[in-house]
Amino acid sequence: MAQNAQDATFDAQALTENVTEGIAKIAQADSSEQLRAIRTQYAGAESLMTQASKAIGSLPKEEKKDAGKIVGKLRADFGRAYAAKEAEVKAAEEQAALAAEAVDMTMPVERKPLGARHPLPALMEDIQDFFVSMGWQVSDGPEVETEWYDFDALNFGPDHPARQMQDTFYVTGNNTKDAAGFVGSNMVMRTQTSSEQVRALLTRGVPLYIACTGRVFRTDELDATHTPVFHQCEGLAVDKHLTMANLKGVLDKLAVAMFGPEAKSRLRPSYFPFTEPSAELDLWFPDKKGGPGWIEWGGCGMVNPNVLKSAGLDPEEYSGFAFGVGIERTLLLRHDINDMHDLVEGDVRFAQQFVMGE
Amino acid sequence: MPMIDMDWLRDHVDVPAEETYEDLARDLVRVGLEEEEIHRSQVTGPIVVGYVVDATSEPQKNGKTINWCHVDVGEQYNATDEQGNKVPRGIVCGAPNMAAGEKVVVTLPGSVLPGDFKIEPRKTYGHISDGMCASERELGLGDSHNGIILLREYGFTPEEYEALQPGDDAMALLHMNNPLLEINITPDRGYAFSYRGVAREFHHSTGAAFTDPVIALREQAPAGHSGDAQHDLDVQIEDNAPIHGVVGADRYYGRIVRGFNPSAPTPSWMRRRLTRAGMRSISLAVDVTNYVMLDLGQPLHAYDADAITGPIVVRRAGEGEHLTTLDGVDRALSPEDLLITDSPDGNRASRVLGLAGVMGGLYGEVTDNTQNLFIEAAHFDQVTIARSSRRHKLPTEAARRFERGVDTDLQAAAVELAVQLLTRYGSGEGSLTPVDVNNTSRMPDIRFKTSEVARLTGLELGINEISDILTDIGCTVAGGGNGEFSVVPPTWRPDLNEPCDLVEEVARLVGYDKIPTVVPAVPATETGLTLAQRRQRWIADTLAQYGMVESLSYPFVGSADFEAFGLNEADLEPVSVHIANPLAGDRPYLRRELLWTLSTTVQRNLRRGINNFALYEIGHVYLADPQAPAIPALPGGVKPTEEQLQALDAGLPDQPLRVAGVFVGKAEHDGWLGGSRDVDYTDAVEAVQRIARRLGATLVLRQYAASEAPVSWHPGRVAQVCLDNGTVLGLVGELHPRVNEALGLPAHSAAFELDVTTLLAALDDAPVQAKPVATYPPVRQDLAFSVPATVTAAQVEQAIRAGAGDLLESVELFDVYQGDELGEGMRSLAYAVVFRSATKTLQSEDTDALRAAIIEQAQALGAQLRA
Repeated sequence: MAQNAQDATFDAQALTENVTEGIAKIAQADSSEQLRAIRTQYAGAESLMTQASKAIGSLPKEEKKDAGKIVGKLRADFGRAYAAKEAEVKAAEEQAALAAEAVDMTMPVERKPLGARHPLPALMEDIQDFFVSMGWQVSDGPEVETEWYDFDALNFGPDHPARQMQDTFYVTGNNTKDAAGFVGSNMVMRTQTSSEQVRALLTRGVPLYIACTGRVFRTDELDATHTPVFHQCEGLAVDKHLTMANLKGVLDKLAVAMFGPEAKSRLRPSYFPFTEPSAELDLWFPDKKGGPGWIEWGGCGMVNPNVLKSAGLDPEEYSGFAFGVGIERTLLLRHDINDMHDLVEGDVRFAQQFVMGE
Repeated sequence: MPMIDMDWLRDHVDVPAEETYEDLARDLVRVGLEEEEIHRSQVTGPIVVGYVVDATSEPQKNGKTINWCHVDVGEQYNATDEQGNKVPRGIVCGAPNMAAGEKVVVTLPGSVLPGDFKIEPRKTYGHISDGMCASERELGLGDSHNGIILLREYGFTPEEYEALQPGDDAMALLHMNNPLLEINITPDRGYAFSYRGVAREFHHSTGAAFTDPVIALREQAPAGHSGDAQHDLDVQIEDNAPIHGVVGADRYYGRIVRGFNPSAPTPSWMRRRLTRAGMRSISLAVDVTNYVMLDLGQPLHAYDADAITGPIVVRRAGEGEHLTTLDGVDRALSPEDLLITDSPDGNRASRVLGLAGVMGGLYGEVTDNTQNLFIEAAHFDQVTIARSSRRHKLPTEAARRFERGVDTDLQAAAVELAVQLLTRYGSGEGSLTPVDVNNTSRMPDIRFKTSEVARLTGLELGINEISDILTDIGCTVAGGGNGEFSVVPPTWRPDLNEPCDLVEEVARLVGYDKIPTVVPAVPATETGLTLAQRRQRWIADTLAQYGMVESLSYPFVGSADFEAFGLNEADLEPVSVHIANPLAGDRPYLRRELLWTLSTTVQRNLRRGINNFALYEIGHVYLADPQAPAIPALPGGVKPTEEQLQALDAGLPDQPLRVAGVFVGKAEHDGWLGGSRDVDYTDAVEAVQRIARRLGATLVLRQYAASEAPVSWHPGRVAQVCLDNGTVLGLVGELHPRVNEALGLPAHSAAFELDVTTLLAALDDAPVQAKPVATYPPVRQDLAFSVPATVTAAQVEQAIRAGAGDLLESVELFDVYQGDELGEGMRSLAYAVVFRSATKTLQSEDTDALRAAIIEQAQALGAQLRA
């Protein structure tokens, strides 16, 4: 210390006091701004510490080493104190800034209205995908259809009682006489997606495995269970060696695809002109109101030989099966919808429950 | 459809005593007779037998006379007097046939009769009436309301009547508590329109013993004759216009009953059975013919034998002939109608007695005085009857059976049953010399390979099992060598004609549940959805993701819809598809635009208080061509020629698939975020652009001159949406204010409609050919042009693209401005243009050249770069 005192430009004691004072101020600081000011005052270009550093150069050689040590230690002490306080202050400042930006995250944010698919076409796509997964193809035909494709080709002759039972929308047009002598346009709103059967056989040929989903029309007034415009899915397979066992196989799979692993199908005897043998298709519905049970789902059977002949096929060589299920019925059952009005009225609230599908 | 009464069914088949109606429905459905409904009794008791102890007539001031009665209803139900003794109940009864000593049906307080008519004690005509003596109509047992039910007249034997005790359950006595099973009969099973047929099916389902009543009746029936042998009445079948070559009647059997008592009542059991079957009881003669029809399936007709004159001639109607049918309607007859006629005053076939197999005429009917009856049982051609029934809109019980096919060997047996019933209940005597003209043909002989059963159903059955089943349904089975039978179906099964028909019989009797379940292996062909099918889904998904809601509307439109869209029905009528039998007479056309019907869905949502939404629909429109050729009528079962197939399609209207959307209200939600805005044309344009981008299609908008805009649209805010080759796909913009007003839509409602069929057909199926991604830095240049208002933004953008060439990365219109300093008819369009090269960093001399080229292109449009 005595040696230092001899030199006026390097006053170790003054320097030490000065830096100690600076470190004490750091401890008192509570903002980045204050910290920066303290650093300028005690370690900046004009500070005592910087001047002392410069003064070391002019010290006698034997004093330089000790002076350097003193300055180095003081600088390090100051730096450590500064860094520690800076981290502390910055953390506090960041916390304060983030607190100021806090919001109520639960406030509703719905800038754009919710879009949605209608469940009917969405379900038809699901059904198409089921058949595609089995290697089938999807086909569709015209809604205003000739009576030949909708009836005659399907073994509903002009005098067939079933032809009168279809509640057909007739279309006017350029009239000709039909085979029963009744004057008509020979055009109807198709009453069934079965109208696609012979179209597909003629255009696609055999072997044929197709599903046809689409709109059909009957003169039923809209009520809770009926609608004049509705949708069906027709399935048709024509190949060599197809049997009713294959029909049952496909229908069981479809039932499971639509209604879950507990679902199954049942056939019971019925009559359709375009199938022989014919069957009603019942579905085992675990969620049926009042307990699990069988409910009607559609119709099916082995393709009638006359239908194959309409497409120019030999019924002794080819056999096939066909079935039809109602899309509305499937949807009503799956989603516990009690009123057909909800399906047909287009109220956005109905579709929005389903959003992009199911 | 038929009502099945188990009591009646038991006449022919041994239905187990414990069988419930649920069991019956289950058993019948297994063989194909579907349950429509089990009709439950609408009556609840207590309803009991009462003995009328006394009945005192009491004339009333209002002119009516009532009876104040005391009726013994048995220990359990009788009233209690002050001393605690059981005494008969006091009941007021207005019926004229009420008398002391009668046994009647008493509905006691607490019972409920059809129509939710509750019986309670009530004060009337100065007495407390403590119950009601009931008529048939009040109990739902029939139409009779002339008086109360007197059990004495109810067809009991003297012993049975004597045994009836006050307090006995009258509901069971009169079958009031029995349900009924209504079944549906498919068109191939005409024979099941009878108890005989349903009983046979019950036997097939359960194995219960079945006795065909027709076998015995056929043996009891006297043989009929025609020609020289003695017979009741001459009958001639003379068909000069058979349909499809089939004579209208191939059997006519008739028999006279003489000395019939026309005032004999129908026995109560028969009335009960008829009423429960849904038929009115009319008179014994008519009731018996109906009863036999329901029991055996043979429609009968009863004539007053003294009113008709032979020969009976079955013939087609002549031009201009008329007939007043039993329902009192005068009907103009068609030459296809088959008639029953007689020959008064030697004029053969001159008087029309009825429309064969459908409905009788007024003349010749059985009357209150008829003592001699002529009972007709015929077999008519299914098609002839079906057409007459359809032509005259008379779907009668008889027609329903004839058009499905009646047993060709049932006529004599059915008449025999009728004669037995008529003579038993109405005295009289059946003739032993019936007339029978029988030209029925033998049933077809079907060559049946038993292997067909396995080929079509997968059921592996023994040849004997197959033979047994076919025999049980009534077939005659012969042969069997090489696994091939010769099978003749029974006369009541005209639906069995081909091997597959027999396969169905075998399969349904074995049970469809016995058929194995095998998923078919599908041969590998081209599979999966086509690109067009997938793209159609993309359109639907894109619009839903854009915030629109999908909906489906009915395609029916009419003048009100045209008017709302500012369109003229006279212009649209020739090019619209017409429905001949529309559900709503004011909407007889099919839509030519989706928007016409989608807008009704928009209206419905608005009416329900939903104000901000966007709807879209994907569906077909129907474009009629007034010059379209007529569509030929072609037979089924034969492949048409190529020319015929083309002719079928050539006559159909064009039915393209469309997509349309409507936007109403706010484009974004109102709320605490603020910043909501009303929808306008930009929302519709963006929807179209999103479809285009999703499909990789280039769609351009071509704006109309205001005077040429389509009438339904805002003239300044509508554009055609076109493919880049100019093909028009549809329209986008805002609806005309008048349309919005007419439909009740808010101002500036926006819409679009595009032809999806054309759009998808124009798309390339080839995979996208990707360009390398440029990694050199982009250079942005801002260019603001002063542009005449007549130049569209699309034109300016096209000019920029043309000037910039391959180095252009993007163009964005970032500001549009109109102001006085630009000069009249001018606007400012400011673009941010980004260039980027794939091969180098662009230098300022490169971008200066590009900029100059763009400015030059823009100047050609009259656009000037703003400083």
